[in-house]
Amino acid sequence: MKILVTVKEVAAVDDEFEIDGLAIDDRYVTADLNEWDEYAVEAAVQIQEAHDDVEVVTVTVGPSETDETIRQALAKGADRAIRVWDDALDDAGLLDPETKAEVLAAVAAEEDPDLVLTGVQSADDGFGATGVTLADKLDMEWGAVVNDLDLDPEAGVASVHRELEGGVEELTDIEIPAVLTIQTGINDPRYASLRGIRQAQSKELAEYGLTDIGLDASEIESPLEQTSLYEPETEGEATVFEGSPEETATELAELLAEKGVTN
Amino acid sequence: MSVLAIAEHRRGELRPVSLEQLAAGRDLADKLDCELHTAVIGGDVEAFGAKLNREGVDTVHTVDIGEEFNHDVYTQVVTQLTTELDPTVLLMPNSVNGLDYAPAVANRLDRPLVTDVVDIDAENGLTATRELYGSKAETTIDVHADQAAVTIRPAEWPTIETEGDAAIEAFDASIDESAVKSTVKGFEEVGGGDIDITDADVLVSVGRGIEEEENLDIIHDLAEALDATVSGSRPLIDNGWLAKDRQVGQSGKVVTPDVYIAIGISGAVQHVAGMKGSDTIVAINTDPNAPIFDIADYGIQDDLFEVVPALIEQFQ
Ligand SMILES: Cc1cc2nc3c(=O)[nH]c(=O)nc-3n(C[C@H](O)[C@H](O)[C@H](O)COP(=O)(O)OP(=O)(O)OC[C@H]3O[C@@H](n4cnc5c(N)ncnc54)[C@H](O)[C@@H]3O)c2cc1C
Repeated sequence: MKILVTVKEVAAVDDEFEIDGLAIDDRYVTADLNEWDEYAVEAAVQIQEAHDDVEVVTVTVGPSETDETIRQALAKGADRAIRVWDDALDDAGLLDPETKAEVLAAVAAEEDPDLVLTGVQSADDGFGATGVTLADKLDMEWGAVVNDLDLDPEAGVASVHRELEGGVEELTDIEIPAVLTIQTGINDPRYASLRGIRQAQSKELAEYGLTDIGLDASEIESPLEQTSLYEPETEGEATVFEGSPEETATELAELLAEKGVTN
Repeated sequence: MSVLAIAEHRRGELRPVSLEQLAAGRDLADKLDCELHTAVIGGDVEAFGAKLNREGVDTVHTVDIGEEFNHDVYTQVVTQLTTELDPTVLLMPNSVNGLDYAPAVANRLDRPLVTDVVDIDAENGLTATRELYGSKAETTIDVHADQAAVTIRPAEWPTIETEGDAAIEAFDASIDESAVKSTVKGFEEVGGGDIDITDADVLVSVGRGIEEEENLDIIHDLAEALDATVSGSRPLIDNGWLAKDRQVGQSGKVVTPDVYIAIGISGAVQHVAGMKGSDTIVAINTDPNAPIFDIADYGIQDDLFEVVPALIEQFQ
């Protein structure tokens, strides 16, 4: 069995930052593996440990600078990684879910996985739509926002919980092959061991351009254009207590007492 | 030209976003000078249809198929309905279920999809406003297409309450059963704890800023000093540091205490969805730009590890 996991490097922005044109100035940005993808990787590795002959392959749409981040998935147990990038993708501007799914689908068509796991969303752009778009492009079944997964490869069924709003979960059986978008909390992602980190360095990380996966640069045209980036105006009217921690705590204590909060 | 909004319901209740979409949809339809249609799929479509008949809605389409949401069925029905009505903009909720069918529909119809929009305009072509980096930045997106699909963020638009005089029409969808490859078996309520945080008058709510499980001690101490109940944001529950039913937010509980003290919580939209109705909101956070300060009434922009012990002292 083969599991393909989509992983992405995301940008975390400092508390204070400056915007430079349509992006946040690099100085205020740190790179990290997308939180939701960490749980997807862990879910794949757990399936690998529970069954015989399971290969876990990660796939990324992103530039070479992301290699270090995506090696984290290799260090946690993925067998090999694929990364797709070239000038056409660099020039495409805003990579919307459809464009990303187009690239991922071309890789998936090559790899022919039994299961594809993606994060529910990425922490930076938060579209939350790449996984389901990918499923539809691959003509696979899918499930979004999965926080519990019980896979029965013989029966060809993934029994999942989908986390709905308000503390309610939907219990659903999904025929595989399928794409599942993984929600945080489904498992407890492991830390990479030192041995894992060392081994990751020698695992395969294949780099492809669009033509390598049978796509034409002209197919990579995002219909969405980001035209501005700005700090949202705060609608907030919070009274901010100023001073040392002792002073602010005193003010807050007075306020709480006023509101009738006492011990 | 028209705007079509797809309603959402669960366990016999129309979800509020269904009516919020009508406000977003009417506004958009006015700008495009066109009709607003809405549709409801499955469940008691007659009752739902009557509820969706609000001011500004031209037609309500009812699709009497199934009881609860199934994404294979929804994808087929919404695709057929959209093909038939050919709306300029197809609106769907950016809910968990919305995200389980909207991308598939957009893909089938070859329409660009913009998700989780907080504002939308059609004055000069379709433009949408979205948030990035956990609400730290906002962006405008131009949609270069004649027709698009959009999912709207719940609780961003008002609900339309006035009854309307829409035509109610039944839509016959034909379902390819062989393409229905998922079966919804039922629902389960999340439990795990012994306390109902929705009953609490005062909540001391803790987020990822607490860093380590051991550090939770000061939060419990504070709660004890204030005779309050401890709740938390999702990462704490994901880590198993607090029981599942202590989670506040979209997928957790909706709470409305007299006082909500958010400690080391950024104020992600999914968290805010669960606590914005609190009477008085206090935020303690080192990041002055944290979105939690947008909805807080009082704030301390400082290190929780200094402020919380000082606060405990005040009550001892
Ligand atoms: C479908 C879906 C459903 C979700 N449902 C929920 C939900 O129900 N509830 C929920 O909470 N989340 C939910 N989330 C997750 C949500 O998007 C956020 O990831 C989460 O709320 C972040 O939690 P946080 O604010 O504790 O952590 P972070 O966003 O990491 O914020 C930590 C904050 O602590 C501050 N901080 C750090 N150190 C200190 C210090 N020493 N002193 C003071 N402040 C400090 C930081 O400045 C930061 O603002 C959901 C997400 C998805 C996709």
